[in-house]
Order: sequence, then structure tokens, then C-alpha cells
Amino acid sequence: MITETKPTTHQIAVTVNGAEHSLEVEPRLLLVHLLREKLGLTGTHVGCDTTSCGACTVLVDGVPIKSCTHFAVQVDGREVKTVEGLKQGADLHPIQVGFKEEHGLQCGFCTPGMMLVTSVLLEENPDPTEEEIRWAISGNICRCTGYQNIVKAVQWAAKNMGESA
Amino acid sequence: MSTATETEHGGWLGLSVKRKEDDRFIVGRGNYIEDIRLPNMLYMAILRSPFAHAKINSIDTSRASELPGVVVVVTGAILAEHKLAWMPTLSGDTQAVLATDKVRMQGQEVACVIAEDVYVAHDALDLIDVDYEPLEAVTTPQAALEAGAPLIRDDKEDQADNKIYHWEAGDAEATEKAFAEADKVVRLVTHYPRCHPAPLECCGCVADVNPATGKATIYMTSQAPHAHRTVFALVAGLPEQNIQIISPDIGGGFGNKVPIYPGYVVATAASLLLGRPVKWIEDRTGNLISTGFARDFYMDGELALKSDGTMTGLRVKMLSDQGYAFADAQPSKFKAGLFHIVTGSYDIPAAHVVTEGAYTNKAPGGVAYRCSFRVTEASYFVERLVQTAAYELGVDPAELRRQNFIPPEKFPYTSATGFEYDSGNYEPALDQALERVGYKELREEQKRAREQGKLIGIGLASFTEVVGAGPSRQYDIIGIKMFDSAELRVHPTGKAILKLGVKSQGQGHETTFAQIVAHELGIPPEDVTVQEGDTDNTPYGLGTYASRSTPVAGAATSVAARKVRDKAKKLAAHLLEAAEDDLEWETGKFFVRGAPERAKTIQEIAFAAYTDHPEGMEAGLEAVDYYDPPNMTYPFGTYAVVVEVDRGTGEWKVRKVVAVDDCGTRINPMIVDGQIMGGLTEGYGIAAMELITFDEDGNCIGSNFMDYLLPGSWDTPSFELGETVTPSPHHPIGAKGVGESATVGSPAAYVNAVIDALAHAGVRNIDMPLTSGKVWAALNEAGLAE
Repeated sequence: MITETKPTTHQIAVTVNGAEHSLEVEPRLLLVHLLREKLGLTGTHVGCDTTSCGACTVLVDGVPIKSCTHFAVQVDGREVKTVEGLKQGADLHPIQVGFKEEHGLQCGFCTPGMMLVTSVLLEENPDPTEEEIRWAISGNICRCTGYQNIVKAVQWAAKNMGESA
Repeated sequence: MSTATETEHGGWLGLSVKRKEDDRFIVGRGNYIEDIRLPNMLYMAILRSPFAHAKINSIDTSRASELPGVVVVVTGAILAEHKLAWMPTLSGDTQAVLATDKVRMQGQEVACVIAEDVYVAHDALDLIDVDYEPLEAVTTPQAALEAGAPLIRDDKEDQADNKIYHWEAGDAEATEKAFAEADKVVRLVTHYPRCHPAPLECCGCVADVNPATGKATIYMTSQAPHAHRTVFALVAGLPEQNIQIISPDIGGGFGNKVPIYPGYVVATAASLLLGRPVKWIEDRTGNLISTGFARDFYMDGELALKSDGTMTGLRVKMLSDQGYAFADAQPSKFKAGLFHIVTGSYDIPAAHVVTEGAYTNKAPGGVAYRCSFRVTEASYFVERLVQTAAYELGVDPAELRRQNFIPPEKFPYTSATGFEYDSGNYEPALDQALERVGYKELREEQKRAREQGKLIGIGLASFTEVVGAGPSRQYDIIGIKMFDSAELRVHPTGKAILKLGVKSQGQGHETTFAQIVAHELGIPPEDVTVQEGDTDNTPYGLGTYASRSTPVAGAATSVAARKVRDKAKKLAAHLLEAAEDDLEWETGKFFVRGAPERAKTIQEIAFAAYTDHPEGMEAGLEAVDYYDPPNMTYPFGTYAVVVEVDRGTGEWKVRKVVAVDDCGTRINPMIVDGQIMGGLTEGYGIAAMELITFDEDGNCIGSNFMDYLLPGSWDTPSFELGETVTPSPHHPIGAKGVGESATVGSPAAYVNAVIDALAHAGVRNIDMPLTSGKVWAALNEAGLAE
């Protein structure tokens, strides 16, 4: 890192997947780069750079946002959840199991964003219709799988979360 | 060679084993190119041309070089000193690595900044001063071939115009005769527009040349790592044993990651120059405007028929927009790929195809976007033409297809343009599709709806593909024959590693190929690790594209496993103190005929291969196979699409999609269905929205995901899948390949459905993508608009 080119830096405190971090960052640093480059959390991907594809989706205070057009300084004092934080203790989140069970992924590049968005959907709406699932993931693009099996994966998770609750 | 008929299906074939690769992807522990980070690594950013065609008067990098953190700014002039300013394409043409004399497309690579930080590298791009002198841009192949058109490739001594190739297939004379004797001739003129594979992950690499050893380790988004290693050796003059290509997890390819792009070359050259690893990750705009596009074929063709509907001849003229370099990744014998399979599923005795390619001021590519070398364009054309013929003859499009299908007893079938179809049985797939979609009832409903002023359309496509390149006597990429390979090692504990020359980009090879080994040897899939992508640790192969992994590498896997089984038999005879001839195989073990309790499992045999092998026998249990397929495979199917068209807006909504596929033996039905649904989604995108287009100055419209539209969850329809199974007679387990069937077959079905809704008013063609604006214009012209 070349310090001379850094304009000003800001001190931020952010909780990522339950761990607290205090970091000095350039104001222009994108959240996705904070996660990937500074914290080594490479499960969040960049697909389009323009908030269009959703591969970079993470949760900020429980709300899905696209981290490729979100600045790191905007998460100062907030909680961020990435795919690496989706597991519940040692167990996979039902949404993770659902994606495998229903063949809801192929190359896996869009999968973290898809899972994070749908984990929020299921918290708010434990028994969503197909239409509600399709609406929830409409900001996330998948090129390999299409959406039918992703819908099934979410339905699988909904069913199994319902049964375990 | 064993044939499919000798293979007992069952066991591990036809089982929907859950994917092994998912375990890392669902927890965010995939390892994609951007995840690779090496110590002391530098970052590269590319400056691209804003003009489609311009002379470069000067490039001044001094301000950029002075920016703290910038290590070097690479220009074409620097590369030229090392004879690296130009590189060969996969079609034997040349393409600039970094522009020296001129830029010939918008987005062309002009200079690269190498810096300590990726943000700094991008900052420095703004400090490079390039003096361009804009030239007239050529934006269509028609304009390119006009007399007096600006010469695009004036760098090439032997190039006096913008024509790249003229290539013909079939029998002109016989076809002429068929047309002279025809009762009816039906014509279709259509453009399969330029679109882009747009995998969700862009391209990129990390080049790491060790100055002490000279070893170049290049991590790159490569669908064909071995072929790329050889190209690097030839282009850069590096000794091939010192080049290791590692293709990590790939976030989708669809043909986009088959070519070698300038970014890979400059990053490698910079690493060589600087002795430090250099990382280049493409941004989305770079991906869309500069890397391998797909299609862009202008097709004008006719079908000759008898009055009873019998097809007697087909002729097509095709003009291809290749961009500024001829860079199709395709077998060198065939200039327009396999477009001459344009007779499709029909028994047409005479056919003639005339193809031409032209340079334009656009990105090179012509990659097969989930397609086997232009079979997509061919399939689209014939399926649209047959539908047109049905309207002109006043017969049902389904029945015209049925009447002219190649009958099952004619297989193997030699087509008028020289393909030898391995197996097929087209009617059952058509019947099943019609049954599932409710064809008869729909035709009734369509009639009633029209009376009420509503527009419903039913579109069919009965496609035949040609995949699995290929027999090496006919198929090569830049001279390298298109075989593929598998190396299977069974360890002492009975676990195995399978190493392949192909490379998955999401197709699920780690599971499917483990199932093939399980089928052949009885070692369960979870005990078989599949390794791909690392050229130091896998046997040579041509890579994954054109649906060739299962037909070629899958066959190699079967054969390698059978070689292992042959040796296992000798070991079992030794262990059981029996004659080899007295042993029988049942998945997973050899036993003495008539005494099934005297048996040795493959795991016991594997252990003995390292601990108790007989004198005179080599230790170990492994085999390699380089498989040269005797023929291509010919998957087929029928797709049926039902749409409703809004007369007020031109919007069309898909009501139902039925896809009946026959890909021969299905190894993992879950994965097969997944491939088909993915292809149906991309096919819908191509039919409805995916378009790379240009304004008259050559500015690319479609340079980001806000302009280049992709199908989303909200608009993509649901699919109903069906299957028939006609095994390939020459593949060891009868599999044909399936990754591309749906992108090949479905665009015609979607478009045919929309045209079908308007056909009674005389509408015969709307060029893709069928945006509501275009459909509305057609409605208006036909007097159907509301």
C-alpha cells in the first residue's frame, strides 16, 4: 500500500460476522474490497460493478445491500454479515443445505448473494410463495442455473426451517 | 471398444448424486481468480480506446508513471520490442495485445498500468495521454464489403479489403436442381444478433514468473488450460515445461473463457519483466466490450419443397460480422464453424451453404456462447425456416416437421453437408413435447382467442446438435487435435484420484466424472476426487466448451477405468488363486464363477496392487487414456413454447415452456436437468433481451448490465422437462453431452411462438431480441396493434 496516494483516511469500527474490527480506510474504499482485501472474506464476489447483478450482496444491520457500490465508511458502527457468517454455529444454515439439495447452484458465483437475500426473506416470511421468492431475488442474477431450482432451494429451506422451529 | 449396448445401465449411472463441489461454494470457500493473492503481488489496470477506429499519433505515459505507487506503464511500443504487440487468434488471424498504430474497436487495449495497489492502477489510467485521430468506423459487415470501405486491417500485408473468408459446404449443383424442380420455395432472411456470454465472473489472471527458476505459473480464467499453455509457449517463446496454467474455480464460462485475451498476455509479460506476481481482474465493461462476443450472423436462405410438404433442398447464404480480428475458437477446417449442420433434424437430400466473414470495427470473438461452433445459428435458422414453410404451405408446423424428420431406420445418417449423425429418434421427443404442452387444445384455444381479439402463439423447435469434438481426423484447434484425456490412479486404500484435461465452469464435473468411475469400478463417488485445471497435474486435453466434456473426457474416463479394471482382474486372479478366465465382474468386485463367496473387492485389489502384487507385474493401479472419439455425438429434442402477446404494447409473456431432451445416457439426471434449465434461461435471454449493438460511430451499446439485459428471476418463465433416451452407439456409456442443447434449441422456439401469434396476419420474421418495441412495430404493420 502506498501511503502517499492516500488522500485522507477514516477510522471505522465495524462488526463483521460477529467479530469487531477497527480499521483505517480511504473514504473511497468500497465495502466489497474492505471485506475481500482487508478482512480476507472472499465469499463476496464482484460481478458487474454497477449494482445490477447482486453477486456482492451482504447484509448491513440485517438488510441486503450491494457492497460493490457501498463505501466501507458507510458501515462504520454497523453490523455486516457475509456468506461466511451464514452458518449457525457448526451447522449449515438451512438455506445452504437447500441450495445443495435442490441443485440451486452451478458455478457458485452468485450463490452467496442469493443465499443472503433469501435468508432475510425467510426471516420475514417463513412460508413464501414462489412469486414472493422470485420477487425477493429479482435483484440477483444467476447465469448458470436459472431461477427454478433456486426457488426450490428456498422452498426447501422454508420447509425445513418450519419443521425445526 | 465397448459399445453402449454392452454397458449395463444402472448402478451409479442415472443417479442424482448431490454435487460434491457445492460444499465449498455454499460456505463462500470457492477459489475463484479474484480470490488468489500472492505475496508481493502487483495489480494491473487496462486503458481502453474510446474510439472504434482511430490512428494513434502518440501515447504519453509520463504523468502516469510519476504517480506514486505506479511501477510501470506498459504500451504497445514496449511490447513490440519483445515481438509481443500482436498475438495469434484461435482462428489463425492476429489480434493486437496493445495497440501500436491504430485502434480498431472501442474498448481496445491501449496501455496497461502496473501498480502496487489496484486503486492506484486505475487512478493512473486517467493520467495517460493518448493523441487519437479518429477514422471512419465500419459497423456492419455489409458496409465492410462495399467498395471503398475503410480498410480495417491495413497492418496485414496481404489484406486488400475487409473480407476474411469465403467458405462453402454441400453440393451446389444438386441443390440448384432441387430448387429448379421444387413446387414451393420458402425464404427466410434473418439476423442472429451479436450477444455476449456474460458469465457472472469476468476474466482475469494472476501471472507469477519466478525470476530465479524462470517458471511461469499463470492462474487464469481458462476453459482450456492445456491449449492455453501451448499458446503461451508459442507466443511468448517460453519453454513449455516452465509454464503452468492453473484454472481455479470458474464463475461461469459459456465460451467467453476459451480465447486468450490481451490482459493475460500483458500481465504475464509484466511479471516476467518485473519478477513479481501481477494480478489483472477485468471489470464488467471491459468484459462486455472487448472479450469474445457470440453470433452476429446475417442469414438468407431458402427451402425447396414438393407440394405434399416433402423437403427437397436447402440453401443458405451467411455473412458474419467478425469484428476486427477473426478469432472464433473453432476447428481450423471449418471457417464458419459447424454452421453447415443447418439441415438440422430433416432428411433433406440436397443442401448448399455459402458463408463469408468480414472485418468490422468491433470486438473480435465469435465464441460459441453455450454452443458447439455455430450450431446455434444453424439450428435457429432451420427451425425458423421450417416454421415459415408450414405457414406458406398452410400445414401444421408440427406435422411438417414430423413428415420430414430423418427416420430412425436411416441412422447412422449422412447429411447433405457431410455430417454423420450417430443416432436419433425424433418423433417420440416431438410427440412427448406436443402431449405435455397440450398442443391440440392450444391450437383450438388459439383459434378461439383470435376470434376474441387475443393473440396466443405456440412455437416449436425440433433441434439436432453436433457436439463432442471431435474425431481428430477432422477437428483441431490451431492444429492441436481435439482428443481428450483422463488419468485415473487408485490409491492403496481403494480411494482414487481422476485427473482430466477438461475444466468445469459450473457443470459439476467433480460429481459426474466421479460417477463414471463409480460405474466402471464400483468405487463410490465420494471416494473419487476429480482434479482439473492445473496443467502440471493433469493430462493434456483441449478443455471444456462445445459440450465436449462428457462425450470426450467422459469416454476417456470410462476407458481409463476399464484399463484399471483389466489390471485389477489380473490382481484378483493372483489373490484368489484362480484363472483370469474363471473370474466374473460385478460392480465393485471380482468373484470366481460359480463360487460368489470367493471374491475380492476393488478396494482389496487396490491394496494388493501396492502390497502383494505378483512377481513380474508392475506395482500400482492406474491408467491413462487419450480418447479420440470415432464421431461427434448428436443430441436432439423438441421444445415447445406458448406465449401471449399484448396487442397494445407488444409485450409477450411466456405461458409455458416444455423441453424434451435426448442426450443419450444420463449420468446424473439432476445435473442434466440443471444444465437444460440454465440453457433455457439463457435462450430466453437471447430471444428476448440480450443484445450487443453499436451506434454509427461504433460506440458499443450494451457495455454494462444496465444496458446489456439479462434474464432475471421475475421475467424468466418456469420450465417443464421431459426426456427420451437414445444412447450414442460409439460412446463407451452412450452419453452425448447436454450443456448446450437448450441454448441451441430454445431461441427458435421462443421466437417461433411470438411469430406464431402474429402469423395469421402475415408476420414471418422479427429479428432477435424480440423487444416489445419491435413486436409492437410488427403488430402495427400487420394491422394487429390495438
